[in-house]
Amino acid sequence: MAIVTYIPRAIPLTFLEGRELPKAVQNVLRNIPYAVLGALIFPAVFFIQENIWFGILGAAAAFGIAIAGANVMIVVLGSIAVLAIFSGFL
Amino acid sequence: MNGREFSAGLKAGTSIAIGYFPIALTFGLLAKTTGLSLLEATAMSIFVFAGASQYIALSLITAGVAPIVIVLNTFVVNIRHFLMTASLNEKMAPDNRWKKALYAFGITDETFSVLATQKVHKITTAFAVGVITIAYGSWVVFTSVGHLIGANLPQFLQAAMSIALYAMFIGLLVPSMRGNRKVVSLALIAGAINSLFYFTEWLSTGWAIMTSTLASAIFIEWISRKGVKKS
Repeated sequence: MAIVTYIPRAIPLTFLEGRELPKAVQNVLRNIPYAVLGALIFPAVFFIQENIWFGILGAAAAFGIAIAGANVMIVVLGSIAVLAIFSGFL
Repeated sequence: MNGREFSAGLKAGTSIAIGYFPIALTFGLLAKTTGLSLLEATAMSIFVFAGASQYIALSLITAGVAPIVIVLNTFVVNIRHFLMTASLNEKMAPDNRWKKALYAFGITDETFSVLATQKVHKITTAFAVGVITIAYGSWVVFTSVGHLIGANLPQFLQAAMSIALYAMFIGLLVPSMRGNRKVVSLALIAGAINSLFYFTEWLSTGWAIMTSTLASAIFIEWISRKGVKKS
């Protein structure tokens, strides 16, 4: 398990070191982080608990706090706090 | 190693450590009920350091699946990291290959997300090592703690903390989305395609994330190139 988790992590970082990729490939690779975040968030965020309202409320809280301009740590702690209060009402 | 960069990395990785805390704790606990010793559970977190794969491995061990199947499954789940580290390589400061091979071990969905969204031109090795150290530390330590105490967090806290990593992803994404339609489209299209895979069950999670990411990234590059040619 250790080897097969390591291979996809290490090969691109070592093999591509010092190599110039074609411009188009570079552009696609630069797009990857934001696309990854979209795919990591949706739809999994809605299914964090069996009760879907946890996911909906948690996502709304996180987006709300982030759009208000808070840093990542505040977004994380704030969303946890919102859901902790919410589950107190259940 | 640059100490200031390393500390900045530790700080940037703190939200990952918080997010890993409940997951590692639960993993330790589940590993115990699956029959793994404290040493085995901790060793798995030390050597594998991949949340989803480790959880799947537990359920496969319980099901009595052959070890080779567990290994193959782990590989498939982690193929998406090829894409992430290839992308991250564009952003990392050049360094010796052996150093890069070392910190490559610490690239997960979460450490990748924190590193790739940094607003600097090039990320230093020291910064990456800082982010990875705190994330890895949290993962390994809380795996052991979960196994040792053999109990979970109170239900309400467990439920509330399950938002942590997603909140972090959102907190990393939103500042880049502001006034940037390209970033908004990249995230929304990838999320939409991934949702399609989820509900139709066409692809397993690992493949689905990789395919939707790649499709969105290529599509947006193609669109923006057409836009440039027209104007």
